[in-house]
Amino acid sequence: MTTLTLSKALNEGLRKSLEADPKVLIMGEDVGKLGGVFRVTDGLQKDFGESRVVDTPLAESGIVGTAIGLALRGYRPVCEIQFDGFVFPAFDQIVSQLAKHRLRSLGRVSMPVVIRIPCGGGIGAVEHHSESPEAYFVHTAGLRVVACSGPADAYTMIQQSIACDDPVIFFEPKRRYWDKADVDTTASLDSALPLNSARIVTEGSDATVIAYGPMLRTCVETAVAAGEDGRALEVIDLRSLSPLDMGTVTASVRKTGRCIVVHEAPVTAGLGAEIAARVTQECFYHLEAPVLRVGGFSTPYPPSRLEEHFLPDLDRVLDAVDRAFAF
Amino acid sequence: MAVDADGAITAAPGSASLDGQAGSRVDTVQLLTPEGERLEHPDYPLELSADEVKGLYRDLVLVRRIDTEAIALQRQGELGIWASLLGQEAAQVGSGRALGPRDMAFPTYREHGVAWCRGVDPIKLLELYRGVSHGGWDPAEHNFHLYTIVIGAQTLHATGYAMGIQRDGLVGEDGEAAIVYFGDGATSQGDVNEAFIWASVFNAPVVFFCQNNQWAISEPLERQSRIPLYQRASGFGFPGVRVDGNDVFACLAVTRKAMQAAREGQGPTLIEAFTYRMGAHTTTDDPTRYRLAAELEAWKLKDPVERVKAYLVRTGAADQAFFEAIDAEAADVGRGVRQGCLAMPDPDPMAIFENVYSEPNALLAAEREQFAAYLDSFEPEEAR
Repeated sequence: MTTLTLSKALNEGLRKSLEADPKVLIMGEDVGKLGGVFRVTDGLQKDFGESRVVDTPLAESGIVGTAIGLALRGYRPVCEIQFDGFVFPAFDQIVSQLAKHRLRSLGRVSMPVVIRIPCGGGIGAVEHHSESPEAYFVHTAGLRVVACSGPADAYTMIQQSIACDDPVIFFEPKRRYWDKADVDTTASLDSALPLNSARIVTEGSDATVIAYGPMLRTCVETAVAAGEDGRALEVIDLRSLSPLDMGTVTASVRKTGRCIVVHEAPVTAGLGAEIAARVTQECFYHLEAPVLRVGGFSTPYPPSRLEEHFLPDLDRVLDAVDRAFAF
Repeated sequence: MAVDADGAITAAPGSASLDGQAGSRVDTVQLLTPEGERLEHPDYPLELSADEVKGLYRDLVLVRRIDTEAIALQRQGELGIWASLLGQEAAQVGSGRALGPRDMAFPTYREHGVAWCRGVDPIKLLELYRGVSHGGWDPAEHNFHLYTIVIGAQTLHATGYAMGIQRDGLVGEDGEAAIVYFGDGATSQGDVNEAFIWASVFNAPVVFFCQNNQWAISEPLERQSRIPLYQRASGFGFPGVRVDGNDVFACLAVTRKAMQAAREGQGPTLIEAFTYRMGAHTTTDDPTRYRLAAELEAWKLKDPVERVKAYLVRTGAADQAFFEAIDAEAADVGRGVRQGCLAMPDPDPMAIFENVYSEPNALLAAEREQFAAYLDSFEPEEAR
């Protein structure tokens, strides 16, 4: 076991993938000499060369579009989009091209492309640097969408995503980049939890709290606080946003009878809405209360002096737990 | 000197002209005049045997015949839509025949002539326009990528593919290159400009083949550019050349040279094939709403097929029997396209759920199962 930050765990995972497969490439803005603005690719260009760790021109559609071409030639590109709000210039290439190549080619052409996106708020940033755009991609068939929440998962999930033959949108919780945890860098990927599986992080019997990415830590802390009030929350780290591991979710909700979904993204047509609909349909007779959502408001992301009000925190999740019990 | 339909003044040989838009000097490579007269150009020597010229003529006639049949099939309700290549046969056949088997071509949705050169069965093209699939051929079998409908998106794919060629160490002697097709309208797209930048700074082995057919649906070239399109290349740092897009010899020679340069490591070239979309944008379009019949009539005099025929007659390389044989073959190809189209079955409804992901997806499997059960709930005669 080694103690690593989430950023360093990703770095180690990328290094493992670059070592394991000469077709793996890293491309993006400032990923080379600088090592990325969050240092996730630190030192990789030095060790693997400019041909495999590519500083690209400053254009996101170009990054994804050329990654598609490289994949057509047999490569496995890992693209870095510098910040969540900068993925939109690449939206067409992701949604209309990357996601659809397998179907368009009747299954002949795979698109093993990973798009890494630092996401979410909480770092006091200017506009476009705190977004949670996951729902756009979850809504797009053909994409896999995952979110890591801590160093250990970051290390394995990035390798699993690179090995995946489908395009993977890989969300990294930027305010958790410096969180530290033990990571077993000697364990085989074969023994890791499959990429499309959710994980029960805290067991409990009274209510199910579903989170992913940056909100996972918030919800684990909420469970500790709720435990002091005598309520046992079961916290699920969704990990895979598309496909959803509904088996894990519904088994938990059937046990607890209450379900609260937490994410930073605005609640309107967000992932919580999808989960609420599915849980309601599949667990209708087990529910003691409606499925509740805790998320960002249905507004543009506010200036950073206001973000603590916009972002769900321990108290807002606890408030939702109270409402679920009061129903 | 003569005045062109587009108002440009042209001069032979290797024709230079003054462009109406910016008043700058425009050079257009031409090796075969509309009258079928052979020209020489110092930068683009081209030796073709009589059989090679006859082969090009056959390509031009057959792809036009495929196109004509497809339009008829659309009019009869057998295709949902068709994007005609009428008028652009020389640009497509000339460039298509300049490719080596290991080169990779990235088309738009109108490159039926290039598809023909790459050995794609025309029926496979019809699949897309009939609504049976989004692209029925195997890109790896033909080194011809699937049609891309979003304008200009494929320029980045070709550039990335070319970067892959570099990483495979296949630039240089015995190298490979990519070619990407797009139109005059596409040059306004961000993706195309980004592809120019990527190709330039990475010196990627890719040739940008722009068929300037003068019209982006209803919008004339003037709405896309104040300068001749090929001149844009200089701003990106690589060569640009305008070729008479209705001259199959010139398109062949210019594309050959650009592809060879790319394969050898000299980087990208922008080729502007100056041509004309003789038909509608697609079968849903009505060009009489936005352009004058006189313009079309003027371009008919520069027909890409007729000038090769005139050359073959003028040089005595082909006799009447040859032309009759080609016409008969074209009739056969047309019949084959029609029969193949009519014989094409609709896909099974369950095909909707196939090829979305590389591995089983539980949510999709559940939807599939539910839909299958729903279909099965009908009596057999109701089901379809």
